[in-house]
Amino acid sequence: MSILKIDSVTKRYANHTALSDVSFDIPAGCIFGLLGPNGAGKTSLIRIITQITGADSGEVHFKGERLRPDHIRQMGYLPEERGLYKKMKVGEQLLYLAQLKGLSKTEATARIKAWVDRFEMRDWLNKNIEDLSKGMQQKVQFVATVLHEPSLIILDEPFSGFDPINANLIKDEILALRDRGATIIFSTHRMESVEELCDNIALINRSRKVLDGPVKEIRDTYRTDTFQIIGNGQLLILSPDFEVLEQHDNHGVFRANVKLLNGSTPNDLLRYLIERVEVHSFVELVPSINDIFIRKVKETHHG
Amino acid sequence: MDKIWLIIQREYITRVRKKSFLIMTFLTPLLLAAFMIIPAWLATFSDSDDTIMVLDESGLFADKLISKDELKFVTLGGSLEQAKLAYKETDNTALLHIPKLSIENPEGIKVYAKKNTSIQTKLKLENMLEKEVENQRFVASGIDRELLSKMKANISITAVNLSDEGEKDNNAFVTSGAGIVAAVIIYFFIFMYGVQIMRGVIEEKTNRIVEIMISSVKPFQLMMGKIIGIAGVGLTQFLLWLILSSIVVTGVQAAFGIKPAPTPIEQMAAGREAATGETQEVQTTEGEVAAADATTDNEANAVMGSAFKAIGNLNIPLIIGCFLFYFLGGYLLYGSLFGAIGAAVDNETDTQQFMFPITIPLIISFIMSYTVVIQNPDGPVAFWMSMIPFTSPIIMMVRVPFGVPAWELALSMGLLILGFIISTWIAGRIYRVGILMYGKKVNYKELSKWLFYRV
Repeated sequence: MSILKIDSVTKRYANHTALSDVSFDIPAGCIFGLLGPNGAGKTSLIRIITQITGADSGEVHFKGERLRPDHIRQMGYLPEERGLYKKMKVGEQLLYLAQLKGLSKTEATARIKAWVDRFEMRDWLNKNIEDLSKGMQQKVQFVATVLHEPSLIILDEPFSGFDPINANLIKDEILALRDRGATIIFSTHRMESVEELCDNIALINRSRKVLDGPVKEIRDTYRTDTFQIIGNGQLLILSPDFEVLEQHDNHGVFRANVKLLNGSTPNDLLRYLIERVEVHSFVELVPSINDIFIRKVKETHHG
Repeated sequence: MDKIWLIIQREYITRVRKKSFLIMTFLTPLLLAAFMIIPAWLATFSDSDDTIMVLDESGLFADKLISKDELKFVTLGGSLEQAKLAYKETDNTALLHIPKLSIENPEGIKVYAKKNTSIQTKLKLENMLEKEVENQRFVASGIDRELLSKMKANISITAVNLSDEGEKDNNAFVTSGAGIVAAVIIYFFIFMYGVQIMRGVIEEKTNRIVEIMISSVKPFQLMMGKIIGIAGVGLTQFLLWLILSSIVVTGVQAAFGIKPAPTPIEQMAAGREAATGETQEVQTTEGEVAAADATTDNEANAVMGSAFKAIGNLNIPLIIGCFLFYFLGGYLLYGSLFGAIGAAVDNETDTQQFMFPITIPLIISFIMSYTVVIQNPDGPVAFWMSMIPFTSPIIMMVRVPFGVPAWELALSMGLLILGFIISTWIAGRIYRVGILMYGKKVNYKELSKWLFYRV
């Protein structure tokens, strides 16, 4: 079941098109990567989902219903450009933002308390935002995003500005939120951060959707049947079933990338190798999302 | 609606808690008190005992210079040189030398002093001597001074408004005063708090919180919440100034026994008393000089008396009602435009080009209010300026105390309401586009396009 259905959404600005005919589904309970280079249209799409702007044409359905203003309560949005009221105390700020999302004062206070304990922010509650470090501010903002327990959480470049420790903390929280049933849209141009986290992705480039689906499936489709072999001996492949793409020899140690041809299997390659050389390592070269992305972008540019 | 209410609360509370607000609110009445106390306090020091040594060789003034208030006179004999020596040995203020002279030609009078003689002292002495010379001249020519002062005519005209409601004393001074005060307050309020709205919007934009905000509330709600919240701040400050100032003023009066300006009630009482003429009779018996003083006092009192009568004749409820209406109407009209400016720019330095066309009508109406409009409150300039929503809050307030036909007032109010509905609509359109627009220098052409953007 999809929590969000983007149906041929188009958005034009005065002198450029931000989104043209973009459609995809976001399944409930997954971490969804919205990927694309800067300026591809990710933020425009997010702003349409969060109803900051409206689409010129096309529709967005949230939980099977056409997007309505009151759906906002079930969404949490962390924009790329982080900001809070500098002169406001952390506690008040969280309370204010939660109340704007429709939480009652008592409920908001209780939830703030829980989050503050979890993130060890107790001492900050009465500090002004401007007195906090950038990382601390980001944590506060993350809490503000999820405080009202939204079923759809939209994070625009969530890790930018976090040190590795805090980035991991946030990563764990994102996973925990998903396990509790929330759907997370995760917008970034940094593909490598996505692979370990995302269940599904959509790639956007130059206002168009290039690709979408479960990460595993996408990778499977873009498998190249290429294996990297490291071992001892003189490797000389003459079989027409295998093609050597790349090979380095160094004092009897070799490293080679070999592609399977004519429907041969990895085991065929192994058997072939074992008879000739000493195999130390045999790994499939799986294309990273980054590679796939670059490939697709190149295709769309030339196509 | 509850979201707007939350925004209003936040805007209000964060501003009211600011140190600058507290300082401004409490410092202003204290400054006011300082302005009252310091001059009055200094006055108590000044020349409290000016002692003037008098060497009267003419013999005309010796017994006439009576020590009075701050001036004490010590009469000397002997030559001028002796008197100078005697003066140098004392701390006395000055030495007044009156040479032998005739009443017809009183010249050659000199004041010797160690320091510069103050103008005040010089004037006082001149005054006393002149009076005495005049008296002696009257006596010499056989004119009775008392008779003369009885012959003096003193006419003051009471202006009366003949209107449907009956006759009313009219006092242009009070009427225009009431209008100007109201206009000045509205002018400053619009400026001070309009700029605060603009700063608030720019702050939200530069803080980048605005994107979070408008994923929770509508831009229009955010804008209106801010405008209303800041209006609350302004009204609070205004009210506190009023209360604190009156506390401080009464406190100062009680503590120091200073009466910088008599309270209205005292003045009214004095005016009425004077008008009955009882005091006049008492005072005339005290002597010619006193009588002359009393007449001027009476004139002053009569003026004040009629002023307060005129205040009583003003339609106070109407004026207060209009004041509140134009106060809020003008603020909403300009406030929304200030908000739109804030949304259109990235920082305060870029605001100049947009501030200019907004401040011009404000400044023009302010200047016109105490020049053209006050001279001719029913003239065509006053009429048209009190209809245009951009100038009416200030101009109409000046006209209201003079009495404005009901249909004009209704039309002006209607136009102002229409004006701020349109200005808020325009501001709202600019605002919702502007707050998400960064790093772009906008011009008027661009802004006008924003009005019709579909967001």
